[in-house]
Amino acid sequence: MFERREVLALGLGAAALTILPRAAWAAADEAVQAFTGGAEMADTGVTLTAPEIAENGNTVPISVSAPGAEEVTILADGNPNPEVATFKFGPLAGSHEASTRIRLAETQDVIAIARMPDGSFARAVQNVKVTIGGCGG
Amino acid sequence: MRRLNVAALATGLAVCAAAPALADFDEVDELVINGEIEMTTRAEAPEHLNGVLPEIISGWRFRTDETQQLQMDDFDNPAMLAVDQATEVWNTALGSEGQSCASCHDDPAVSMEGVRAVYPKWDEEREQVQTLEMQINECVTERLGAEAWEYDGDRMIDMTALISTASRGMPVDVAIDGPAQSTWEQGREIYYTRYGQLELACANCHEDNWGNYIRADHLSQGQTNGFPVYRLRNARLNSTHQRFYGCIRDTRAETFPVGSPEFVALELYVASRGNGLSVEAPSVRN
Amino acid sequence: MAENVTPRVRVPSTAEAGETVTIKTLISHQMESGQRRDSSGNVIPRSIINRFVATFNGETVIDVTLEPAISTNPYFEFQAKVPESGDFVFTWYDDDGSVYEETASVSVG
Repeated sequence: MFERREVLALGLGAAALTILPRAAWAAADEAVQAFTGGAEMADTGVTLTAPEIAENGNTVPISVSAPGAEEVTILADGNPNPEVATFKFGPLAGSHEASTRIRLAETQDVIAIARMPDGSFARAVQNVKVTIGGCGG
Repeated sequence: MRRLNVAALATGLAVCAAAPALADFDEVDELVINGEIEMTTRAEAPEHLNGVLPEIISGWRFRTDETQQLQMDDFDNPAMLAVDQATEVWNTALGSEGQSCASCHDDPAVSMEGVRAVYPKWDEEREQVQTLEMQINECVTERLGAEAWEYDGDRMIDMTALISTASRGMPVDVAIDGPAQSTWEQGREIYYTRYGQLELACANCHEDNWGNYIRADHLSQGQTNGFPVYRLRNARLNSTHQRFYGCIRDTRAETFPVGSPEFVALELYVASRGNGLSVEAPSVRN
Repeated sequence: MAENVTPRVRVPSTAEAGETVTIKTLISHQMESGQRRDSSGNVIPRSIINRFVATFNGETVIDVTLEPAISTNPYFEFQAKVPESGDFVFTWYDDDGSVYEETASVSVG
């Protein structure tokens, strides 16, 4: 026997599923807001290098370069938590570049935002397709 | 000549049925490790594969540039963390005899040179084909006086990785005749036997369809010259038998256990399909 | 302290005064994200390295905040200026309070 309450709960569950991607984007928007305080972001000044297709989302090599930047944050808008890493460059940084390896839960945009010494921001986005293979092994 | 196995396609798997495109693997890049060790990643097929494979190709050539690069510098290769750990174990006295691996074998870079390339191999004393893992456990229990290591435990896989580094760049060269022949034949039998609800043999994917895609997976020839491999999928070293286990499980079959005589035989047979490729282990794959 | 945490660093042993050198670092660490469940369905608690700092003679080269989206065995590659002979110090901070440190000397001239 179906109780009305259960039916309602099911309906809510389905609704929650359908809005999940939007929730992830909202989290990414919040993370951007937290880093920039809502400031405008230039489209040039930071370069993000990531593979177009990642063979496995567990280990995706990425690099960022933002000449002159004080810090660069990396976000992944389709991950359960969008924050990935923030690089602060010190006085002995030889360049404002860094490489690392990151986890991507699914195909999504990787975003790099650089904060410049004058308080301005620059942004670069790269979509990475994450293949989901069938072979466990 | 490549042949497409119609029966395999009929199992309903989305194996790409198109005739193999010209570039079904990376024909351009060459694998050189640390700018020093030149790897043979394409070679003439061994005689016993005449008419079956046009040439033999390392799994490295089936991976993306990013994955390939992880193997080209030992610092970038996360498997080397395991090699570091195995080096510590190598130099540590372990059992009742107060001995370490180093007590007998000194520097593994010298004493273990060429070892990985010829395993699995016939053991005169035990009158059976032994894998590297079995040989290590023989040393661990009989020479060191310690408890046998778990066949696919981290300590064992790490040690096979360390021993493999001493053979990198040398051609795989397992013996398939003489006393090893019957084991090799058993391995070949397993390779061509269809297992599981999907009724797939090793050959259906890795002989009939290498270079094609099975869903999003780019099928290689299933060569073992890179084993143990650091897989991005689970971010750890994986042994040959773990891979066999995973493949057979994916056919929805009850698999043979890791370390079983069946997998020892299969390991010898599959290794022999790569006779002529360089030992790459520990390699990096997806 | 997490088990078997081993840092590796690659730093050139010599440099010209003022030269920019490339540094690579790798540390063995599971980087448990807090998103996975064990076989009985319980969430495996987060346990990651959350910060990595590289200094040379006490001055900062790079200071990184790591989130659970950094892969197992965290890897970094970056560049540093070497004004004089001295020591690089690399420090990794674990969620569990452990601190792992590695040093590398560079001689100039």
